[in-house]
Amino acid sequence: MTFINYASREINCKIVYYGPGLCGKTTNLQYIYDSTAQEAKGKLISLATETDRTLFFDFMPLELGTVRGFKTRFHLYTVPGQVYYDASRKLILKGVDGVVFVADSQEERFDANIESLYNLEENLQSQGYDLMKIPYVLQLNKRDLPNVVPLEDLVNELRRKDEPVFEAVAMNGTGVFDTLKAVAKQVLTELRKS
Amino acid sequence: MAQLPFIIQEHQFHQLKSVIARLCVECAARVVFLVDRDGQTIAIHGDIGDMDTTSFASLAAGNVAATSSMAKLIGEDVFPSVVHEGERESIFISVIGRSLLVVVFDERSTLGLVKIRAKKASHEVAAILEAAINDSATFKVNPNSVFAEITDEDIDSLFS
Repeated sequence: MTFINYASREINCKIVYYGPGLCGKTTNLQYIYDSTAQEAKGKLISLATETDRTLFFDFMPLELGTVRGFKTRFHLYTVPGQVYYDASRKLILKGVDGVVFVADSQEERFDANIESLYNLEENLQSQGYDLMKIPYVLQLNKRDLPNVVPLEDLVNELRRKDEPVFEAVAMNGTGVFDTLKAVAKQVLTELRKS
Repeated sequence: MAQLPFIIQEHQFHQLKSVIARLCVECAARVVFLVDRDGQTIAIHGDIGDMDTTSFASLAAGNVAATSSMAKLIGEDVFPSVVHEGERESIFISVIGRSLLVVVFDERSTLGLVKIRAKKASHEVAAILEAAINDSATFKVNPNSVFAEITDEDIDSLFS
């Protein structure tokens, strides 16, 4: 839920990166963090296991600038992708303003993407959201790997509405900021409409 | 968006600041936060020092979200408060509807004092936030809302 503070002239929005385990959600945030100027970001908080698998969430605040005198801040979160962390994923979606679904383009992860997307729809519904109505972007990550599913096949299977779709290689930043910009724009456009 | 924005107006913000400032003094706390349960900081008062307050608020919300789910698993509706006691610094979190009152205190105070003072402050905070939520629901019909004036160029300029 967007939080607007008239006293401090701030708009605060929440974006959640979702997807199956090891698809690149944390890598997206890490790249955004590494590439953002110091004055525009806070710390990157990662609640992870000893093997660097996200345990609860990653969090990073990002200041995009000022619009109509209001500072726009986005809180970026990732969820843990492994199947058995579903209870945690539900919690992180609470209050979400926009969602990025990060799909793993590898052939062997095709079913995991579908399962995770179905899980996203279910968890959004349990929080009172409808995927068809909220700001949403699809990122197809790991496009640099040799065993990737063709783009059209992934889009046909994973695209849910007319959401923007971005090819990405999160490790080197390809598509990362395009994805973020697209979802942030949708969130701010929705704010204007509401 | 599934829900309307949560809007805090200037007079409500100052009222909230006043309540937590008083609480900070009355329970000799180091810092008092008022945090939305989604992790957004609403107001802060006290000796922040070099604390990363944004991360702190987000983690407090995550903490309460996790413990609230644990409560449901054991048949409780919610844990109305959460305490973390350290060697020197401690944290007391009180759940007030959709917000959290977070008190960071050290040996200058006691948990008992914090609990008593926080309980009184919680009622005041709850009343102010209820008014803010009610006002938020009617805010969208204001034709002079600054957000209605936001153009595509304004949004694009954020990413230039």
